[in-house]
Amino acid sequence: MSLHGRDVVSIRDLTRAEIEEILAASRRMIPYAEGTKVAHPLANKVVAMAFFEPSTRTRLSFEAAVHRLGGDCLTIADAGATSMRKGESLYDTIRMLSSYADAIVIRHPHEGAARLAARASERPVLNAGDGAGQHPTQTLLDLATMHEAFGTLSGLRVVLLGDLKFGRTVHSLAFALAEFGSEIVLSSPPSLRLPDEHRDDLRRLGAQVTEEPDLDRAIRDADVLYVTRIQKERFGDDDAEYRRVAGTYRIDNRVLAEAKPRLIVLHPLPRAGEVAPEVDHTPHAAYFRQAFLAVPVRMALLEAILGPKPRRR
Amino acid sequence: MRELKITPIKNGTVIDHIGNGLALEVLRIIGVGSLDKDSTVSVAIHVRSGKLGWKDIVKVENMELSPRKVNAIALLAPTATISIIRDFKVREKRTVDLPDRIVGVLRCPNPNCISNQPEPLESEFEVAERRPIVLKCAFCERRVEDFRRHLA
Repeated sequence: MSLHGRDVVSIRDLTRAEIEEILAASRRMIPYAEGTKVAHPLANKVVAMAFFEPSTRTRLSFEAAVHRLGGDCLTIADAGATSMRKGESLYDTIRMLSSYADAIVIRHPHEGAARLAARASERPVLNAGDGAGQHPTQTLLDLATMHEAFGTLSGLRVVLLGDLKFGRTVHSLAFALAEFGSEIVLSSPPSLRLPDEHRDDLRRLGAQVTEEPDLDRAIRDADVLYVTRIQKERFGDDDAEYRRVAGTYRIDNRVLAEAKPRLIVLHPLPRAGEVAPEVDHTPHAAYFRQAFLAVPVRMALLEAILGPKPRRR
Repeated sequence: MRELKITPIKNGTVIDHIGNGLALEVLRIIGVGSLDKDSTVSVAIHVRSGKLGWKDIVKVENMELSPRKVNAIALLAPTATISIIRDFKVREKRTVDLPDRIVGVLRCPNPNCISNQPEPLESEFEVAERRPIVLKCAFCERRVEDFRRHLA
């Protein structure tokens, strides 16, 4: 099925075959993302960036992707500067925006906002993160980074580390990894475990999921270590507990000494001390590559949704 | 002598085969406070039933249920049957069927869900599982199992 004109609100909106198609297209897109090759399949297209919550990487990589494809952006980077401050609903804001643009990329603090936007908009909507909900393009670029390193997404042992409760990127990623048949190791403090409903979902998919709160044991035999930010605000006033947990899940060269030589460390960034800077200089560090791959992955997705309609084969 | 625990009604709705103890939930769905002044409501709780062992019955005069209320009853009292009475006769009798989507009946338990914000939309849930019933918010994908606490 073609992605042309479709919304992408949740990773579940995409089949495994469609994800594979996007990842293959993103590999072809790399020289265009680097600027060594030029093509403009989005010429005369306008993409609205409706960011109702702060974002650096996601917004800039989406904007870079649109520019590299020859399109233009309309950007709301500060919701305070829009009529929403006067009480305009998100529904109306998106309805209006969809008459100015060919597609809308939305980031919003409320879960389900992108689904509402997709209903309000007559144009395709891409979810760039809704509250603690979905962030499908992040999952795509996480998968792209793993695929680039290993040439496959099946049979990998992937450790998801840190805040598995609130970290929106890990929920979609775990689901996608289960679809591809990789093994998932959950490693988190008890207060930040993966919520039961996500665990049940993974079980229903027949995923191989184990739990290993001990970092050293979790890393043994792992191919991918996906580190998330442990946010201080999740611990309320319990500063001592925050420091203890954050210290337990800190990745440095000592921790990685026992890892497989080919293990890659991913992080959706920004990091707040979870990965020591010394790791940057080791072959394990893949998080900056991951940040770069955001551009070709989003280019591939935008081209599939907005580019010239694919001819029937 | 035949004993009538609840008298027959001329026009209205009889909701029978309500699971034992669920009559009060059904009354809440019907919205007894907003009924017509001619609508007498009779309730029988803990009545012998061949099918269920024990059941509850609710009869409401001069009222027919909206599809939305029928959906809410299907959710909370799935064994219920609904009979429409006109001129003392049962004109229509049916079981309640749970549709694939439930609109406007429940509130999403996730306070940060967009459906709990001042937006021009109604709550909407997909039926994710039927036995036991599990619903999933069509917006934030939160699963709901305890419906009683989340009636809109």
